[in-house]
Amino acid sequence: MAYKDEQLSEEKVFKDPVHRYIHVKDQVIWDLIGTREFQRLRRIKQLGTSFLTFHGAEHSRFNHSLGVYEIVRRILFNFENRPNWNNDERLLCLCAALLHDLGHGPFSHSFEKVFKLDHEDFTKKIVLGDTEINKILRRVGKGFAQDVADVINKTYENKLVVSLISSQIDADRMDYLQRDAYFTGVSYGHFDMERILRVMRPMEDQVVIKQTGMHAVEDYIMSRYQMYWQVYFHPVTRSAEVILSKILHRAKYLYEQNYRFKQKPTHFLSFFAENVDLEEYLRLDESIVLYYFQAWLEEDDTVLRDLCERFINRRLFKYIEFNPNQQMTEWMELYKLFQAIDIDPEYYLVVDSSSDLPYDFYRPGEEEERLPIHLLQPKKDELKELSRQSDIVEAISGKKRTDHKLYFPQDVLEQLPADRPEKARIFEILFG
Amino acid sequence: MLENHARIMKFFSTADEVVGRKKLQKMIYILKKCDIPFEEKYEFHFYGPYSEELTLRVEELCNLGFISEVKEDKSNYYQYRYRVTEQGEEFLNHSQVELPPLEGMINNMKGKSSRFLELVSTMLYFDDLSKQEVEEKVQTVKKTQNYQETEIVEAWDFIDNLRRQTLL
Repeated sequence: MAYKDEQLSEEKVFKDPVHRYIHVKDQVIWDLIGTREFQRLRRIKQLGTSFLTFHGAEHSRFNHSLGVYEIVRRILFNFENRPNWNNDERLLCLCAALLHDLGHGPFSHSFEKVFKLDHEDFTKKIVLGDTEINKILRRVGKGFAQDVADVINKTYENKLVVSLISSQIDADRMDYLQRDAYFTGVSYGHFDMERILRVMRPMEDQVVIKQTGMHAVEDYIMSRYQMYWQVYFHPVTRSAEVILSKILHRAKYLYEQNYRFKQKPTHFLSFFAENVDLEEYLRLDESIVLYYFQAWLEEDDTVLRDLCERFINRRLFKYIEFNPNQQMTEWMELYKLFQAIDIDPEYYLVVDSSSDLPYDFYRPGEEEERLPIHLLQPKKDELKELSRQSDIVEAISGKKRTDHKLYFPQDVLEQLPADRPEKARIFEILFG
Repeated sequence: MLENHARIMKFFSTADEVVGRKKLQKMIYILKKCDIPFEEKYEFHFYGPYSEELTLRVEELCNLGFISEVKEDKSNYYQYRYRVTEQGEEFLNHSQVELPPLEGMINNMKGKSSRFLELVSTMLYFDDLSKQEVEEKVQTVKKTQNYQETEIVEAWDFIDNLRRQTLL
């Protein structure tokens, strides 16, 4: 029997708090899960710094990747023998679902911004490079590894396959919303996934939803909206993220200044040089990063030491709402006041912005890029765009919400001597 | 402060006016591929490389009153025009963000259609592949656009010209 068709003699299951069980029968999937590159995902948290806000949010990208695989497996089970679905694509879909987040590094968001990396590039390198994952994919067939990379990269010819893991209603989102809701303990993020899976239908180049499933989809869209603002953009999480980014910036800056670290940042050297090879990338996980943050508590550089202490001991920056348009002059004054009191504003006065677009619809001819969710009408296989059918979704369609906050170390400001003229002015600007 | 916003503002200020969201997306992507330090993250979408971060950033700049967005009804679709406002100019005056000279590249791109820039940015997206592979890939992922041989040749010339300008 060809490797691609090999089945385990007995089905394996992973106990999962979100989907109850994750079922594995394909030998290929089982082998992929056992690779060092996939096991590494156990050491990368799904929600980065959110654990400092929601103490339950310690779940990993390993959990999530298995979850996305399981959702796609269930979708494809329902697709079998339906028109527009070719079951030869089944294994490709499962592999792409399982491996879609493989290139995520530790605290991805901050690392990518500071060191100008892209986790998708690393996913591609892991899938196509000299890795255990690649060896398995090559055993499946010629060109299979490239197909997996193309699906994840959204450049695969069959858009229906791509849309299963990357669209406005895909397995990736359906898993992370539920999983993140479960582990953070919030009551948003829940929707009737079983119902959605039952009403999904394969069409030519997309997955559509039967009209009768509209209300379940409404719930999903609203839960995504809530999760973004209540969990993903939580200002305390953002504060931790700001400090994390500043630690990385500071460490990089010191390295460039030939600062003599007591704990040499061996694992970061290629990141500082912005020339990271795959092996070094795979070696750096969140445990290693946190080890360095601990070690840097002993450094002579007061900024690096203080920022690490803040992150490790959760002594985060406070924040105020900030409107860059109306408060530009105030911000500039604050910047100078911070300099006057020897607090480096580059590290201690930070504007952070969060934006989200909960759902976007497509208007023919308009230059939008997101394929909308289509509802399959009972007669004539006609499709109607979701926001034209649902008042609830229409109310939030195409609406972006932006939020700017100004972060600063209030504890340090409070400790300034009362007679320092800058102190009164800083507090006046910040708190009115 | 808001360095990424300031970089995008510099682009608008240099371009004077940008017409079309798709064109805007592709122009920034092409500049990014020419090592202009825009930090908006791009992924491959229906019209080629697309950055949701850029979409959101432009929306933010509009909300802040730094950019004006005019929506024009073109009977079967809408078109958007972007310009820097007075407040935007003031913001830029306070900003210390520097970018390499962009004017030549921006003017070259402004004179092209969004369809053409979509082709160029798609080709640049696959710049780790050989020339032949890039062309095959374009025909696979852009089947509905039905790009002709002459357009692809013109796109290669355009890319070569860009590379000469940026000394890549």
